[in-house]
Amino acid sequence: MSKYDKLTKNAVGRIVPQVVNGNDAVPFLGVGKFKPNGRKYGPPIVSASDYPEDGNKVLPSLKEALIRSGISDGMTISTHHHFRNGDIISNQIFDIANELGIKNLTWVPSASFECHSHLIKYLENGVIHHIEGSMNGALGRFTSEGNMAGLGILRSHGGRYQAIQDGEIHVDIAVIAAPTADCFGNATGDRGAAACGLLGFALADSQYADKVIVVTDNLVPFPCVPWQIQGNYVDHVVVVDQVGIPEKIISGTTEITKSPDRLLLAEMTARFCMETGIVHDGFSFQAGAGGTALSIGIYFAELLRKQGMKARFARGGSNKYLVQMLEEGLVDYILDGQTFDLEGVRSMRENAGHVNTSPFTSYNYHGKGNFAQFVDVVILGATEVDVNFNANVVTHSDGYLLHGIGGWMNCLFSKCVILPIPLFRDRMPVICDEVTTICGPGELIDVIVTERGIAINPLRPDLLEKMKGSSLPIKSIHELKAEAEKICGKPQKAHLTDEVVAVIKWVDGTVIDSVFRIDK
Amino acid sequence: MEFFSNNRALIGNRVKGTRSDCHVTMELTEEGGIQLELISKVESMFGDDIRRLINDILSFYGISNARLLFEDTGALSLVIAARMEAAIRQLTGNDREYLLPMLTENNYETTRDRNRISRLYLPGNTPNLMINAGIHKPDGIILDLEDAVAPDKKYEARFLVRNALRNIDFYGAERMVRINQVPAGLSDLEFVVPHNVNLVLIPKCESAEQIRLVNEKIRELMIKHELKGNIWLMPIIESALGVLKALEIAQSENVVAIAIGLEDYTADLGTRRTQEANESFFARSMIVNACKAAGIQPIDSVFSDVNDMEALKETVLRSKSLGFEGMGCIHPRQIRVIHENYAPDNDELEKAKKIVNAFIEAKAKGLGVVSLGTKMIDAPVVKRAQKIIDQTIVMGKLSLNWQDEFFNS
Repeated sequence: MSKYDKLTKNAVGRIVPQVVNGNDAVPFLGVGKFKPNGRKYGPPIVSASDYPEDGNKVLPSLKEALIRSGISDGMTISTHHHFRNGDIISNQIFDIANELGIKNLTWVPSASFECHSHLIKYLENGVIHHIEGSMNGALGRFTSEGNMAGLGILRSHGGRYQAIQDGEIHVDIAVIAAPTADCFGNATGDRGAAACGLLGFALADSQYADKVIVVTDNLVPFPCVPWQIQGNYVDHVVVVDQVGIPEKIISGTTEITKSPDRLLLAEMTARFCMETGIVHDGFSFQAGAGGTALSIGIYFAELLRKQGMKARFARGGSNKYLVQMLEEGLVDYILDGQTFDLEGVRSMRENAGHVNTSPFTSYNYHGKGNFAQFVDVVILGATEVDVNFNANVVTHSDGYLLHGIGGWMNCLFSKCVILPIPLFRDRMPVICDEVTTICGPGELIDVIVTERGIAINPLRPDLLEKMKGSSLPIKSIHELKAEAEKICGKPQKAHLTDEVVAVIKWVDGTVIDSVFRIDK
Repeated sequence: MEFFSNNRALIGNRVKGTRSDCHVTMELTEEGGIQLELISKVESMFGDDIRRLINDILSFYGISNARLLFEDTGALSLVIAARMEAAIRQLTGNDREYLLPMLTENNYETTRDRNRISRLYLPGNTPNLMINAGIHKPDGIILDLEDAVAPDKKYEARFLVRNALRNIDFYGAERMVRINQVPAGLSDLEFVVPHNVNLVLIPKCESAEQIRLVNEKIRELMIKHELKGNIWLMPIIESALGVLKALEIAQSENVVAIAIGLEDYTADLGTRRTQEANESFFARSMIVNACKAAGIQPIDSVFSDVNDMEALKETVLRSKSLGFEGMGCIHPRQIRVIHENYAPDNDELEKAKKIVNAFIEAKAKGLGVVSLGTKMIDAPVVKRAQKIIDQTIVMGKLSLNWQDEFFNS
């Protein structure tokens, strides 16, 4: 089987395959253009008579659970990233598969981290055929250099839910690492030594996988309350000494930036939101992880306090700063999709206004709406933006695949999308003629804030009008690009081959772009 | 690449975490042409560009045989050029300058009495802190050749500071350089005077004679390079002797401000620097009085805890009450706090508006005496009021047409 076939040009002019790892794939047709049909995927029907009468599904080891789940060549195995760089279990799964001599597995993590570089040897020796999820850091480099047997597939958090729900991904075995669980398989992330907040990324897998294994280091007597994951979906429970490394669970990008340049970006963004009236009583916002985005939350809090206003809800990754806002009464609800620090975990246990969400409620495009689309403003990052406002979050300008998509793509549907980004990083201009990889079409991206000027998408004349006479430096995106090139010089294009090594799936499952092999 | 001999130049920075900089290891050889090994973070985007520049510089100096290891963390051309030039001149003793065309934006001059409320210190051998300094809108930036540069980096820092003066846009900030202590620091002037430096800071100043030497050297260089305009001086007083000589220093030619450096001053007194600053009250008052007597600006010492904005604010308010008109910054985040708290407060501003208006009205009526209500107003009071208003306008907190609003309100 070849990795891909039938290259074509999609609606944003990118070359994409219509056959990916042997399966048909639809090229991107435009925002909202692809209409799905048929029915959702259904997992096998099972009978309670085949499960222990006393509800005790505990097995002695992960190895036995995998064997009992029928692990075999060519299967698809999924894991989740709520432990971030403190994940241990994903690596153990493939250590076991290697020991059992199993080949050609597909790994479907909700995201990958540096700790997963351990898996490169299994990509090399054929235990893992390819990854569908994200390929960060070393895994990204490995993929970019054309070393993966299959084609990598990158999806957003919402796209992952959509793909599993639609049957685009058929998960044979889902392994859910849980900070706390009972013997029936009910599980929660809000307590236990490896407490990480919520387990929302595992929801789809629990609902749709053929077999579900819950792994925990904190087995409590039934019932485990709350049950973020319901035991009724779970086949086996495994108890281990340690399920995740607590100090690595806290994300590295959850501290406010100390960089004066980033703080300036955050301040300009907050001022922009104030002057355009985006910040108003009862507004809603989402700011991702990353120092700049976090700082914007701080500026929002300051503005709200000063004006005597409050936000109705804040979406997205929770952290101590957001919790402070909640507890100070500056926001009514945190709709949490990923808990970034222990204050977030504590708040989730203690505050009624701190609510669990999942990629289903927040992001799934093949649902009857989702929360992301009616957030007033979302603040996101990007590695590159082009003069048509198309943005990239997965590759760098040298062509290397280094980041996952996360919820980024799903958030583009909010009412106003702002990307605060430095005009250049070291010598690399961020605004270019054409992004290396399109992850978000320009029509969905409203504002680019750089330290040297703010560009508003001409598709938003309302925002342009509101900023007339502002003391903020409003410039065209072409002016910003020229300014960056005056400082850095005009970069040459990265040398890439025409061999596809990974594809980027849009929120509806269509292929928006390809990642090409690096010419070493 | 083969090992380099002991006769090699090592220029630039390459310790872990270095950004926007480069490091050159270079030696001259008898044959073999130019052997260049380039390791760059931005190779795929600027590799050709970097090679072209390096080769251009080598041929400018007529070098056709050399071994070079060039390690780059995303240096801009002006940084690459500074590092290469320093390496080549060290190896060859050649004193020709390799200059990139100067940014036309950097041709501005500054006036004697412009605001100098904030001035941001930038270590002279650290390019990544220089590149974005201007976006934080300090009144001035100081490219520091003195204490912020390690002794073994002083040589190469001069090339970088010179190129920064020419090729980094500081967006209208007054472009200042702190030279090394006179007399050794006089030779630093050769690297900055011909490149439109606006103001020179003279550290550890203790006499008018030192200022005279600086002025003389500047004059000599201006004649040599056929330059016009003024280069202002800001001596820094950092010793008991300097404090006692404050007036003669303040009255020296081209001196527009005096700054005080409290770390060295308290060390000289044999005491410790405290938050309350009682130990430096005399020195600070002395400098304020000397400056006011000479009609120049007294500038306070830097505040060193970059994380404590509340304490900075208190320090600024105290400093303002003593009569200081500005302060040094060691971090861009301090700029806003310093501006906001040296700025005239609302009461001061409202009073100033009334006084200036009364003056304008009196002049329009041809009256020799200005009065507000039943009070006579002296000329210096009007002058001070006008200064408050000008300062507030410059800071963007008052419209140029404030009088229209004043009369309509």
